[in-house]
Amino acid sequence: MAGRSRGLSRTTVSNLVTYALVVIAFVVVQAMVSNRMLTYSLQGQLVPICAYIVMAVSLNLVVGLSGELSLGHAGFMSVGAFTGIVVAASLADAIPNPVLRLIVAMLFGGGFAAIAGFLIGIPVMRLHGDYLAIVTLAFGEIIKNLLNNLYVGIDDAGVHFSFSSAEALGMAQGGKVVINGPQGAVGITKLSTFVIGFVLVLLAVFVVLNLKGSRSGRAIMAVRDNRIAAESVGINTTKYRLMAFVLSAALAGMAGVLYGMNYSSIVPKKFDFNTSILILVFVVLGGMGSIRGSIISATVLTILPEALRAVNDYRMLLYAIVLILVMLVTNNPTLKQLWRRIKGSFRRTPKEPAVASEGGDVDA
Amino acid sequence: MPRIPFIGRKIEDTKMVEYPSDAIIPERDLGKVPVLECRHLGIDFGGLHAVSEFNLTIGQTEIAGLIGPNGAGKTTVFNLLTKVYQPTYGTILLAGKDTAGMTTDQVNKAGIARTFQNIRLFDTLTVEENVMIGLHNEIGCGMWSSIFRLPTHFSAERRFHERAMELLDFFDLEAFASAPAGSLPYGAQRRLEIVRALATNPKLLLLDEPAAGMNPAETAELTANIRKIRDEFNIAILLIEHDMSLVMEICEGIAVLNYGTIIAKGTPEEIQNNPDVIEAYLGKSQGKDEGPASPEADDHGPEAAPAAAAPKEA
Ligand SMILES: Nc1ncnc2c1ncn2[C@@H]1O[C@H](COP(=O)(O)OP(=O)(O)OP(=O)(O)O)[C@@H](O)[C@H]1O
Ligand SMILES: [Mg+2]
Repeated sequence: MAGRSRGLSRTTVSNLVTYALVVIAFVVVQAMVSNRMLTYSLQGQLVPICAYIVMAVSLNLVVGLSGELSLGHAGFMSVGAFTGIVVAASLADAIPNPVLRLIVAMLFGGGFAAIAGFLIGIPVMRLHGDYLAIVTLAFGEIIKNLLNNLYVGIDDAGVHFSFSSAEALGMAQGGKVVINGPQGAVGITKLSTFVIGFVLVLLAVFVVLNLKGSRSGRAIMAVRDNRIAAESVGINTTKYRLMAFVLSAALAGMAGVLYGMNYSSIVPKKFDFNTSILILVFVVLGGMGSIRGSIISATVLTILPEALRAVNDYRMLLYAIVLILVMLVTNNPTLKQLWRRIKGSFRRTPKEPAVASEGGDVDA
Repeated sequence: MPRIPFIGRKIEDTKMVEYPSDAIIPERDLGKVPVLECRHLGIDFGGLHAVSEFNLTIGQTEIAGLIGPNGAGKTTVFNLLTKVYQPTYGTILLAGKDTAGMTTDQVNKAGIARTFQNIRLFDTLTVEENVMIGLHNEIGCGMWSSIFRLPTHFSAERRFHERAMELLDFFDLEAFASAPAGSLPYGAQRRLEIVRALATNPKLLLLDEPAAGMNPAETAELTANIRKIRDEFNIAILLIEHDMSLVMEICEGIAVLNYGTIIAKGTPEEIQNNPDVIEAYLGKSQGKDEGPASPEADDHGPEAAPAAAAPKEA
């Protein structure tokens, strides 16, 4: 690897810092939980925080690495959540071990979300930029509306589906409705735990960081930086954009299972456009392409509304103000330059500035 | 360099290779399938015939030049060869194989690599990563083995690193290996584009104005490098260039493009003395630039004329 001769490369060190951060945070939180140092509401936020981190990290694969703006990420989360809930419910007898059942549910949830990502990705990958953003937004809404009309029941004969009503399921005596249209999934056996959430976060970070430092990841970033140049060196741009999109959908689906199985009931409306935007805010605020940034901003911005509960009436106002302030500060050119100078004094960089190539005329 | 006296020349090993009657092939490449053969190639943009009736044959280790005034359609020819644009007419044979229906990435896999008139690097990635991306189809490693860090990933990464550094070494860029490509000085960026193109192991390298924006010392180094590439990599090079002294010095065959059609083909000597070529350049400078410049150019003879007419790239 790049830095073999100089010991560990900068990338390797940065990755290790990220892993260390995740593990340390987990240990500290676990210690606080066992010493009853966390408030009840905060403790209830632990699994959602893990789910949101996975969502942010996976969206960063599309937004940061692949450079596409996707506005329908919550759609994949919901596909995963509802798949996982049905799978877990139908395997309740077959797999008594809750952890194992959750893992199987996650695999199915991730798999179905990946399939959805692939099916959506094929038409979407013909588009770029704003067009792609708009179409992903539409697909997110379509998925939500489909789930709003989905009825699933389980009886001795197996799993029944319907898109009209719970009665249309035609279940035998003793059958149980698992997903009930707009009322969503009901009577979920809560399987998610903080430990499993932590493991999923590690997995997502592992997948994205490993991909980033590989042949496939470089191809994805090449397409982001310059699509025509990437094609000119023999990279199948559709394949690699689709790879990032599908992998991201799969991770979002797993996050959805984690999230959904943390509650006794959940409605499809939970995974609407607002949620997609919220996750995008995590990614943008944490820095596009920065996995560590996504983790930190997803955590802080999920805790913040809870922490502001003391000033309940104004809490969303304060949340908005904090968000705007952070945006302003992180985009302030003076501060950015200062930061670059601090970084620059620690690192040797080529002295000559980049000379912009003359643009304008039709090149390629 | 001899003109092919007749179509279908018989070579010692009794192999028959057909060349068009106006092809210029270096002697050492005779009898071998030409690396590139364009037949009646053309493209229309709406009503504009940007390129038409473009016929060109390039030998396997030839250094060929494509020149012409601004807007003649030179870059468009490159975009046709690499399928950035799909040709409206004609065929392109790459080492005897028709590239019809191929996409840009498939054409690269088939053996054409290029650089761009307006540099197109992967700016946020390092110099080494840029070359590694060029090696994409030379070294294989699947997504899953990378995600799960299987041994194949590590052996592939080692080969990526070694080959990339080898190529960077060849062009004195190894010192920049871990710097972001976008931060490199202009000349180094142009060199890096060539290295990245070479990394794809092409049969034919297309260079779009490689000397643009270079000072005489850099141009001299570039000239040496282009020869070095041909000799060491044993490939053909087609270059677009406005620097006439560079073109006349290294090209074995030159095609002159004007308003999308080839107005002359020949050796550097032939091109320098071709009245059509002189007119194409001078006519343009008389029409567009200040008038008094052209009588002067006449005094300097035909060689000075094209160079004087093409000062766009500074
Ligand atoms: N995509 C396009 N759509 C319409 N017209 C185009 C397109 N690409 C090129 N052209 C036109 O085709 C002509 C040839 O352009 P091209 O860029 O190939 O010229 P060139 O010979 O490379 O010139 P230069 O020396 O300035 O680089 C120009 O008139 C240009 O405006
Ligand atoms: Mg051009």
